[in-house]
Amino acid sequence: MSEVQAPVTYVPPKARSLFEPHRLVLMAVAAGLVFCMAWFMRWDWLPRYQERLIYGVGQTLLMLFSTAIVGFLFAVPLGLAQVTGPRPLAWAARGFCTLIRGTPLLLQLWLLYYGLGSLFAQYPEIRSSFLWPYLRQAWPYGFAALMLSFAAYEGEVMRGAFAGVPKGELEAARAYGMGRFTLFRRIWLPRAVQRALPTLTGETVLQLKSTPLVATVTVVDVYAIISRVRQETYLTYEPLLLLALIYLCLTGMLVYAFKLLENRIPNRGA
Amino acid sequence: MADTAQAIEVKGLFKRFGPLEVLKGVSLTANQGDVIALIGGSGSGKSTFLRCINLLELPTAGQVTIHGETIAMKKDGNGGLMPSNRRQVQRIRTKLGMVFQSFNLWQHMTVMQNVIEVPVHVLGQPRDQAIEVAEALLRRVGLYEKRDAYPAFMSGGQQQRAAIARALAIQPLVMLFDEPTSALDPELVGEVLTVIGDLAREKRTMILVTHEMKFARQVANHVVFLHGGLIEEQGSPEAIFEDPQSERLKKFISSVH
Repeated sequence: MSEVQAPVTYVPPKARSLFEPHRLVLMAVAAGLVFCMAWFMRWDWLPRYQERLIYGVGQTLLMLFSTAIVGFLFAVPLGLAQVTGPRPLAWAARGFCTLIRGTPLLLQLWLLYYGLGSLFAQYPEIRSSFLWPYLRQAWPYGFAALMLSFAAYEGEVMRGAFAGVPKGELEAARAYGMGRFTLFRRIWLPRAVQRALPTLTGETVLQLKSTPLVATVTVVDVYAIISRVRQETYLTYEPLLLLALIYLCLTGMLVYAFKLLENRIPNRGA
Repeated sequence: MADTAQAIEVKGLFKRFGPLEVLKGVSLTANQGDVIALIGGSGSGKSTFLRCINLLELPTAGQVTIHGETIAMKKDGNGGLMPSNRRQVQRIRTKLGMVFQSFNLWQHMTVMQNVIEVPVHVLGQPRDQAIEVAEALLRRVGLYEKRDAYPAFMSGGQQQRAAIARALAIQPLVMLFDEPTSALDPELVGEVLTVIGDLAREKRTMILVTHEMKFARQVANHVVFLHGGLIEEQGSPEAIFEDPQSERLKKFISSVH
């Protein structure tokens, strides 16, 4: 049998040197900026707030991951219902996604916290229930708002991803006697997630940058800590620059982690 | 009735897509070891017929019996049929190895994972045993070296050979080929036909929808010519290709040669 070699061999672009002139100039500019920031700005408050900042970053990440993971668990049925669900279920899912995606997250958060939160407080049954110690805090409302938002956006992404899995691959699974649940678990879902992964990266980064909204309902994340720093030190730029740097680093790490995930299954083009 | 020599028995199959009647009563029996080639022009219903055998298409009327077991069907209330027992259909499907025109390999799995998927996750075989079988099959189709490659990085011919290995891995009673070379570049057709030819030589029961007349003639022991949803003519390859009776078959053969 004649082996036919795959005709396409990937030729990576030539690695550029770090020391090309324009790069050297840019690096000099960056070094200058960092030097100016360190020299002319005030950073003496940093050690005092170090512990609280680390705590804040932890809270931000906790908020991000918990809402993204739980939100994604809701997104899968939301997407699936829209693709194959019975009519009423599909409509309900579509309605939810449209509602959440069509209104500002800040509004949803405030409706939950100031609306639902104060409503709960009026009912003695709820005040005496075992949930009350949680419901009187702020974070459940922040969590709920961020989680529902992520679920709605990702529900829409998963709808497209489920619908985009080639029919033939699902047909092949059926042709070999695969049951519906196995087909979903082994073929349809992993295939859809693989297709959705690049979009999920972007959405998760957006979610990270939505987390500071919870500071408006008194949840203490890294943004809240920085606000505190500004109030106490009367500094404006230094804390904000640090905050920008923190979010930038977190974003970089997220993108890198997703890249690793994506590279687990190499794909070409589509 | 339960004659085990009969691998597949199809009786009076009708299939309608809306106003279009694609199959108008097709019956066919494949005995163990038969290699049956289905030929015919486009729109003759040959692919639909094949897909009705494992119920990828639900026939409007008719009966399918695999290895003596008739697939139980009931009325669906729309003038068609639906299987009355999903589990039975799933069980029977695991005895039919389908090979598609467009390969339909699972793109998120390597070749090896594709081949062991059904044995492990549908038939419940132990993983190492499935891998052992899969390695032997991949050697047979000449893809042992490609076992850890993803389908997207393989040529069409390689993908189709992997798909054949995947179908063989379930140790099917019958292999169903749905135009296995139609999506391939001409220079890749040969490698796939070689593999299918080997299977025919070892007396594996196969039903093959194909446009490769020369190949059909070489490997099949029975050729069926479909036209307009009906069997127009059938017989041995010699009879069909050298002494066609009907005008349509004569025209068809001269048009593809």
